Amino acid sequence: MSMADVAAGKTGTRWRSRAGDRRSTRTLRLRTSVALLALTVLAVLLVPPLVRLDQQAVDLAAKLQAPTWAHPFGTDDVGRDLLLRCVYGLRVSLLVGVAAALTATVVGTAVGAAAGALGGWVDRSVMRVVDALSSVPHLLMGIFIVAMFRPGVWPVVASVALTHWLSTARIVRAEVLSLRARPHIDAAVSGGASRWRVTVRHLLPGVLPQAALAAVLMVPHAMWHESALSFLGLGLPTHTASLGNLVQEARGSLLAGHWWPTLFPGLFIIVPTLAVAGLAGAWRERINPRRRSELML
Amino acid sequence: MLELRSITAGYDRKVPVFRDVSLSVAPGQAVGLLGPSGCGKSTLARVAALLHRPDSGTLLLDGTPVRRWRHRAPRDRRTAVGVVFQQARLSADPRLTLADLVAEPLRATGRREEAAGRVAELAGAVGLTTDLLTRRPHEVSDGQLQRACLARALVLRPRWLVCDEMTAMLDASTTAALVRVVEDYRAATGAGLLAVGHDRVLLDRWCDRTVEWASLVPPAATTS
Repeated sequence: MSMADVAAGKTGTRWRSRAGDRRSTRTLRLRTSVALLALTVLAVLLVPPLVRLDQQAVDLAAKLQAPTWAHPFGTDDVGRDLLLRCVYGLRVSLLVGVAAALTATVVGTAVGAAAGALGGWVDRSVMRVVDALSSVPHLLMGIFIVAMFRPGVWPVVASVALTHWLSTARIVRAEVLSLRARPHIDAAVSGGASRWRVTVRHLLPGVLPQAALAAVLMVPHAMWHESALSFLGLGLPTHTASLGNLVQEARGSLLAGHWWPTLFPGLFIIVPTLAVAGLAGAWRERINPRRRSELML
Repeated sequence: MLELRSITAGYDRKVPVFRDVSLSVAPGQAVGLLGPSGCGKSTLARVAALLHRPDSGTLLLDGTPVRRWRHRAPRDRRTAVGVVFQQARLSADPRLTLADLVAEPLRATGRREEAAGRVAELAGAVGLTTDLLTRRPHEVSDGQLQRACLARALVLRPRWLVCDEMTAMLDASTTAALVRVVEDYRAATGAGLLAVGHDRVLLDRWCDRTVEWASLVPPAATTS
């Protein structure tokens, strides 16, 4: 073993022991996030087909029961089992979250890449439109969009997606601009590549990790928006169990001291979103280790 | 003939990097351009390769002035000038294997079917083994990557070659090998060469004519 190896070994171990603590918290966070997310997905996918219980079954004799073994989350004001309602609600909320995040990312990536790749006045005018749209509060614009349609899942998806592609467009444009100045793009241009080919083959693949990360981070955000819209009574129709609807319905009984109909749907909003955010944070740390990640929402 | 006529170029219209620079490269001729760091050699090389629109002045390819630059330039004019950049690491798309890197211009210009044969031929010429061709840029050395970048510049058989400090980061034997490849190509095709660098010994031995950057810049225009 040469001197250099010894020195390298020494600094190596010292670095490990110092960074070890941080790494173990990070691993713990990652594992918790993955476990919670797996649990959520399993519950959402497996419970409805396996458990043949009717989430809409009304039992007025058992209304507003506190959590018991028969009803682990208690029952609501018409005696429906809250655990079942929560799982169904999460199902809808996740669907809205994922669909809205995907749509927002596709739209945002397309607009951002077009602005960045074309540059010049196209870039300037597109980005001014983006600035103008982002100056309107998201919720206000979202309310405006849902108000134009009949209540349902897809108007809510559209409302969330159409208000949330702006940040992705900005991220993608910035990345494209920084990639565009690199010599390998010059080399591609000099090799006869068309603007389309440069964008699709050389610029977009470089932006994809950032865009995918933005998409994942968008999922919890979209779920919150769905809940907010439903809570305001503007989102999904009231008979559909969504987490926002559940909290909204439970509002009245909270004042009477019944805590469970608000607490459990509330937890169902918070836990999966934290899990997704934790996972995205770990991922971001991987692709960009120099930036220490706090929980990003 | 590749002629740069009183070119003024830079990245800010108010503060051009250089003014009124003229230089020409005849077919088959090798011109070396010597200059200190930061004087604008690379910018001039980018202008010559149709990659940077000058603020004023004309670039003539075979007597026809170039009016459109970068993507807007007609494909056959853009590809008439091959470029090798100084930093191989930055001028290679990190996602492509070396074989794809070399074949990329053929694919981009719709000559996909020639790719396999041409890549094998050029790999032999620049000294890349089949094993290296399957690797990605981060898995090879700077010298190996620069060989691939030179192969990429030659793959469309350009009539001019612009080597912007092609060998600045390489060792003597790789430098010699790359210069040999360029010279073999020029001997075979009669292509012109603009070699930009700061190594006088190399450029004097490599090129038919070596010009100093200072002699290109009109004395009145030197601002600093």
